[in-house]
Amino acid sequence: MDKIVCTCGNVNPAGTELCESCGRPLNDETKEKKIVDMRYEGSARRSQTYNKTIIDKVWNFFSSVKVGMWIIVAILVAAAIGTILPQVFYVPATNETDIAAYYERIYGTFGTLYYQLGLSDLYSSWWFQGLVGMLGISLVIASLDRVIPLYKSLKKQKTKRHISFLKRQRVYGIGKADVSEESLLKAEEKLKELKYNVKREGNAILAERGRFSRWGPYVNHLGLIIFLFGVMLRALPGFYVDETMWLREGETLYVPETHGYFLESKEFIYETYSKEESKEVYGEAIDRVGTIAKNYQTDVALYKGPEGAVAGHTEDLTFEKEASIQVNKPIKFDNFSVFQMDFRLDELATMTFQLQDKQTQQSFGEFTIDLADPQPIYELNDGYKVEVMDYYADFTGFEEGVPQSQSPLPNNPAFLIKMYSPEFPKGETSFVMIKETVEPLGENQHKIAFQSVETRDVSGLTVRKDLTLPLLALGGLIFMIGVAQGAYWNHRRIWIQLLEDGQTVIAAHTNKNWLSVKRDLDKVTDVAHLPKYLDQQDIDSLEEKVDKVEGV
Amino acid sequence: MDMASLSSTLLFIAFVAYLIATFLFGGAVKSSNTQTTKSFDRWGKLAITVTILGFIANIGYFITRWIAAGHAPVSNLFEFTTAFGMMVVGAFILIYFIYKTPALGLFALPIAVLIIAYASMFPTEITPLIPALKSYWLTIHVITAAMGEAILAISAVAGFIYLLKNIDLTKKSKERFWIEAVMYVLVLVVGFVVSTLSFSLADYSAEYSYISKDETEHNIEYTMPALFGMNESVAITEGALDPLIEMPPLVNAKKLTTVVWSILIGSVIYLLLRLILRKRLATVLQPLTKKSNSQLMDEIGYRSVLIGFPVFTLGALIFAMIWAHEAWSRFWGWDPKEVWALITFLFYAVFLHLRLSKGWEGKKSAWIALIGFIIIMFNLIAVNLILAGLHSYA
Repeated sequence: MDKIVCTCGNVNPAGTELCESCGRPLNDETKEKKIVDMRYEGSARRSQTYNKTIIDKVWNFFSSVKVGMWIIVAILVAAAIGTILPQVFYVPATNETDIAAYYERIYGTFGTLYYQLGLSDLYSSWWFQGLVGMLGISLVIASLDRVIPLYKSLKKQKTKRHISFLKRQRVYGIGKADVSEESLLKAEEKLKELKYNVKREGNAILAERGRFSRWGPYVNHLGLIIFLFGVMLRALPGFYVDETMWLREGETLYVPETHGYFLESKEFIYETYSKEESKEVYGEAIDRVGTIAKNYQTDVALYKGPEGAVAGHTEDLTFEKEASIQVNKPIKFDNFSVFQMDFRLDELATMTFQLQDKQTQQSFGEFTIDLADPQPIYELNDGYKVEVMDYYADFTGFEEGVPQSQSPLPNNPAFLIKMYSPEFPKGETSFVMIKETVEPLGENQHKIAFQSVETRDVSGLTVRKDLTLPLLALGGLIFMIGVAQGAYWNHRRIWIQLLEDGQTVIAAHTNKNWLSVKRDLDKVTDVAHLPKYLDQQDIDSLEEKVDKVEGV
Repeated sequence: MDMASLSSTLLFIAFVAYLIATFLFGGAVKSSNTQTTKSFDRWGKLAITVTILGFIANIGYFITRWIAAGHAPVSNLFEFTTAFGMMVVGAFILIYFIYKTPALGLFALPIAVLIIAYASMFPTEITPLIPALKSYWLTIHVITAAMGEAILAISAVAGFIYLLKNIDLTKKSKERFWIEAVMYVLVLVVGFVVSTLSFSLADYSAEYSYISKDETEHNIEYTMPALFGMNESVAITEGALDPLIEMPPLVNAKKLTTVVWSILIGSVIYLLLRLILRKRLATVLQPLTKKSNSQLMDEIGYRSVLIGFPVFTLGALIFAMIWAHEAWSRFWGWDPKEVWALITFLFYAVFLHLRLSKGWEGKKSAWIALIGFIIIMFNLIAVNLILAGLHSYA
């Protein structure tokens, strides 16, 4: 396409609407407008100029603000739909069948439909992520399409603008006021006082301030792009860790994914507010609500294992530090953070039994089973011993004579035990449960008598590494700078020209906040006695003025 | 007087001051022809003075309650909503000193009054902090987010004035219908306050037992006559009303009862007003907007979004993400409250783009500002009360 040569001699790129240098409208459409569109200074944007190849068409599609807005609206609506029912990750079920059953049980037919349409895991669906991806592309292309020509145009603008440009500004005034060189100087001085950057060229003044605010939108879009890029990085291995671990009091466990760190739980602390110990003003709330949690805390010791340490091998650990992990206060080490997320109180830790004679209840010795690590044989005195043949941590009953355990958690421990005694060197078999004993192979002479239990608390911890955070923080920071730049500053320009026919023209433009630029202009016209101006868009005031003239 | 009761007194003073200032702004609006008449000056100055005095009392409430509680008073629905109402007044004062428009006060203050009245219907006692809230980010995140939302709310007020002034209420139109719908919803909020207050003054209480969705039995206390019963509910209090309709376990019938009572009483109030005034409420209010400048209202609507949007983003998204990472181990978890903050952000982003690029000014812009306020209120009310999530502290 051809370049456009303006009457003033400036060569503009194809598609330019207002001459970059003098501001003359360059096509018929622009000439017909009463107020000229100043958004991109009438510069030639690629998307408005070329539309031939596929690349042009893709570029034009994504550079359109309209398309961008539709993408945002689609994301917005989808996001809202995703909040109607809880998403899968907030549902207390882990496998597909249970999840489906949960939605059906709690939310009925609607729940089933919601689940089957994939709305229960909407935010990780391909189409939602696709929309976010499209938004990212739109951000890049729409910004590039505008920022480059805008930059060139603002750089090239001449101090002296053509009258056809000035009269198409929203704030515009012309008159035969008695304006001399002196009043131009006064205007210049006043504008400088108002912190404008003033240029003079013959009888023309261009006063400008806050141009950098025009870059605000592009800076904040850059921030968003960096942010989205950071989010994408999480998918790469090594950048992101999200693990959970259940740590029992007294236990030392390998911290998953950390390459050699171990955590030992010294104690789990759960506190609630009591009326006696808390501030008096809390009394009413405690009375109404009942129990209010005050603190969840795991006191831990952090160890580092030798090179190549793996889970289960807790020898040769070097102590690193002690810490109290609380909600809002994770322990941090080597890019990892471990958070207090959950807990279970009073899980069974050990059970103590006696081997007794059923009739006389005479004891032949006591033994303690560590439920996390049951031993196969417990030796007692005088030739008595107990063999644990099988252990069912979470016993639920017999199925066709076979004992069942539904989980490895010691919620309801049961043992298949053989009792050896001098009388029965081959052993007697007994199935020991809490509060009950079954003798599967006939009547026994001895029995296992339950003595006591010890319990301990379990901490649910989340292990997190997120190397994308600095990038996300950078994106967020740049976004905020850009938004503030665009929102709290504005680009104001005031043109004052003495025309050859003796008339004086004033015009002003701002990208936002018209009240301020008008106030500036009022101050300048007061000192310099310039002609009155009109806001050509303020219909109310125009009408009011007409009313006054007509004497209403 | 101890801090806690001093705090309540100060809030009451602020509440009354805002009510008085509303009428004073009404006087200022009526007398302002051009903005320089003496009468306008007198009414306007008096109105803004009373507003500022009320605001100082309101800040006094905030500080004394902070001292009494030992943490920033933004930790439950009452506290947050009250703080939001206070900040709406703060935002109005800020905008008033830029633009000097009494009409804005006439409409912004009643909204703030309504918000504070609404807040007071929730349990108002000082609560200790649960572990998740024990962080200085509570103060930073919540206060910044509420400030952003309050400034954005001013945009809706300006939009509302713009629409009232510019919609032709003599002819039947969609616009006329919807602006009246806005009036109706505002009256429903009054209905909520009136119904809650009357039943609480009458000391109404009835206890029921019911079976919850996880099939366990619980008790629940109704403070309004039960229109809807919880799943398989049985009255414990003697002589308690049998609920008219029993709801499935998924629905919280107590909340539904409150909503329906509010709608019923609000509708009655609305109908009475219509009967007495013999006009649409919008038509009654329209003369109050006649003297405000449309261009200025449009600019205020836009400017307050410009001022509020960065504050909202910082408070409700960025600070929120930083805190979420400290408290819940991830900066983003698609919790309903998070999602609705994102929706609010996206919505105002659309507002700004449509205005900048598509030239959506005037009525279009004003309608979007109103919808934006509805989204903010939805996030404040519905997300906490209806959608389950991590932010349900009330």
